[in-house]
Amino acid sequence: MSAKTLYDKLWDQHLVKQRDDGTALIYIDRHMLHEVTSPQAFEGLRLANRKPWRLDTNLATTDHNVPTTLIERAEGNKGIKDPVSLIQVQTLDDNCREYGITEFGINDPRQGIVHVIGPEQGATLPGMTVVCGDSHTATHGAFGALAHGIGTSEVEHVLATQCLLTQKMKNMQVRVEGELGLGVTAKDVVLAIIGKIGTAGGTGYAIEFAGSAIESLSMEGRMTVCNMAIEAGARVGMIAVDDTTLDYIANRPYAPTGEQWEAAVADWRNLVSDPEAEFDNVVTLDAAEIEPQVSWGTSPEMVTGISGQVPDPEAALDETIKRSHVRALEYMGLQPNQKITDIQLDKVFIGSCTNSRIEDLREAAKVAKGKKVASNIQLAMVVPGSGLVKRQAEEEGLDKIFIEAGFEWREPGCSMCLAMNADKLGAGEHCASTSNRNFEGRQGYGGRTHLVSPAMAAAAAIAGHFVDVRGLPANDANHAQEA
Amino acid sequence: MKKFERFEGVVAPLDRANVDTDLIIPKQFLKSIKRTGFGVNLFDELRYLDEGQPGQDCSSRPLNPDFVLNQPRYANAEILLTRRNFGCGSSREHAPWALEDFGFKVVIAPSFADIFYNNAFKNGLLLVRLEEDEIERLFQETEEREGYALEVDLENQRIITPRGEILEFDVDEFRKHCLLEGLDDIGITLQDDAVIHQFEQQHREQRPWLFR
Ligand code: SF4
Repeated sequence: MSAKTLYDKLWDQHLVKQRDDGTALIYIDRHMLHEVTSPQAFEGLRLANRKPWRLDTNLATTDHNVPTTLIERAEGNKGIKDPVSLIQVQTLDDNCREYGITEFGINDPRQGIVHVIGPEQGATLPGMTVVCGDSHTATHGAFGALAHGIGTSEVEHVLATQCLLTQKMKNMQVRVEGELGLGVTAKDVVLAIIGKIGTAGGTGYAIEFAGSAIESLSMEGRMTVCNMAIEAGARVGMIAVDDTTLDYIANRPYAPTGEQWEAAVADWRNLVSDPEAEFDNVVTLDAAEIEPQVSWGTSPEMVTGISGQVPDPEAALDETIKRSHVRALEYMGLQPNQKITDIQLDKVFIGSCTNSRIEDLREAAKVAKGKKVASNIQLAMVVPGSGLVKRQAEEEGLDKIFIEAGFEWREPGCSMCLAMNADKLGAGEHCASTSNRNFEGRQGYGGRTHLVSPAMAAAAAIAGHFVDVRGLPANDANHAQEA
Repeated sequence: MKKFERFEGVVAPLDRANVDTDLIIPKQFLKSIKRTGFGVNLFDELRYLDEGQPGQDCSSRPLNPDFVLNQPRYANAEILLTRRNFGCGSSREHAPWALEDFGFKVVIAPSFADIFYNNAFKNGLLLVRLEEDEIERLFQETEEREGYALEVDLENQRIITPRGEILEFDVDEFRKHCLLEGLDDIGITLQDDAVIHQFEQQHREQRPWLFR
């Protein structure tokens, strides 16, 4: 019997049928839905007179289009001003009602970004296959699950058959060994990985993140890392199960209890790559070398350490890279060799499925406590990932820290991560953002996104430009323990 | 998906190479929550003289009289005849949805873009590749005779012209089978429903916590 990777094990456990043409049917344990990519799938079901195969695997929420101010949210769906957005949200509500699918609607206290609420509810469990019509489904792989994004036709396929028609990927391991420096977080780790392997580095692979630095991360941190596997080109990111995983899941609403919990834990303990398992590709990073990261360009691989500078396109290795750097600097309004700490900012966004969990908010609050947002920052907003994250943050008093410092404290949703609601960047505005994509126009037409960790975003809001969080006087972290 | 049956249909000639998916269905219509209803906006920028908006009633919009599909003789066309590299550009499934919703069952061209080729067959639209000289002849005949119709026989992989000329074409067996049987991906997977049920039952016994 040959040694298996974690991915091999998850694949084997869900293989329904291997076809002669190289494709395979994979059984899906958890299907998450949101309003943007599901309407045509439901319509397809209806036209073909089909029913969802298994209702209890589906969990839906509205997150992409929802407004984030309290005034708008107080009105429920009626607070959505854009009629097209409103229809998308209502359509999900109607579809869930018609088919009997559990949905956390706009004002459900459990509503939030789909990739935040799944784990929070214990609806994402180790050993599961998890899919959603959304590329950041890779997040759920942090639990030792096989999780990836799918297209609208596939959403319909999963609804109708509980299976996905797919092909096995190759195995890649990314090891981060050693100890992370103080102030260096999961976000910096994953940005450094993308900076190293590039946005196509993981194409065709399922990436397993491993090594002592990954093992030392909390579940929130692990989710941040897996979330951005897609930015490294891999549809799947995953991390082996350990005590940290089990401690997080225990007692969550959807998690098993009693005897079933015991049986599940015994099973989940196997969800690690065998020591002799072979990977098609292994990449190793030294944790001690990773600095707080800041992206300077229009692709997540255009990233550097806080002590670095914007590259000079003239120094690029080849013509293609040079052209893309020239174009990126032009779009971003930056000069070659400009120091990262000299980049002036207009807005700050702390949120998104990458960094809107309680730990992210604690880290940002630690930096913001007792300080004031700089006068050149027009808007600094904190958007919790879910209603439950928001409630916990308020119980810990984090909301007050942010509000006193001059941040806006918002209602949960995707918000300015993709600017499908009213939260947008204006043309030419520079934003320190804890989200995952810095593509042209992603956060608003002409907007300039810099990807950073929550602590770096908060520090940038206070300074008005990027600063090294490692240089800040140690903050009193007592509030973080009060929970 | 409906079974693809042998039929005879009127041909509309779109004399243009590299027709991209943006031209087939412009981006503003992708906001729709539907998979149907794109027919009125098929080739929107070529077909109307104004800029279309999603959800707009198209019946009062100014038509471009020069556009081929606006000519009465092609009103009921079911076969689109066009030039090389049809369907290039984005991966939007809305492109085949719009062609089908308009009433097209077949597109004939010398070549098609890859992604569009896949998307079309997934949605029951048959794409037929013919040689450039055969295409040229069909263009001529279509223009010469009003009501020019072709018979499409997928089973035997041939097109029959009104003169009785037979044009053979290639299509891969799996795709042909899916179209003839009216099977979409879901339909094919559901042929294995017994296998899925069996797997599910075993999965449930081994890992009951996944079924709560
Ligand atoms: S927060 Fe951003 S990346 Fe995450 S699901 Fe929402 S839109 Fe997508």
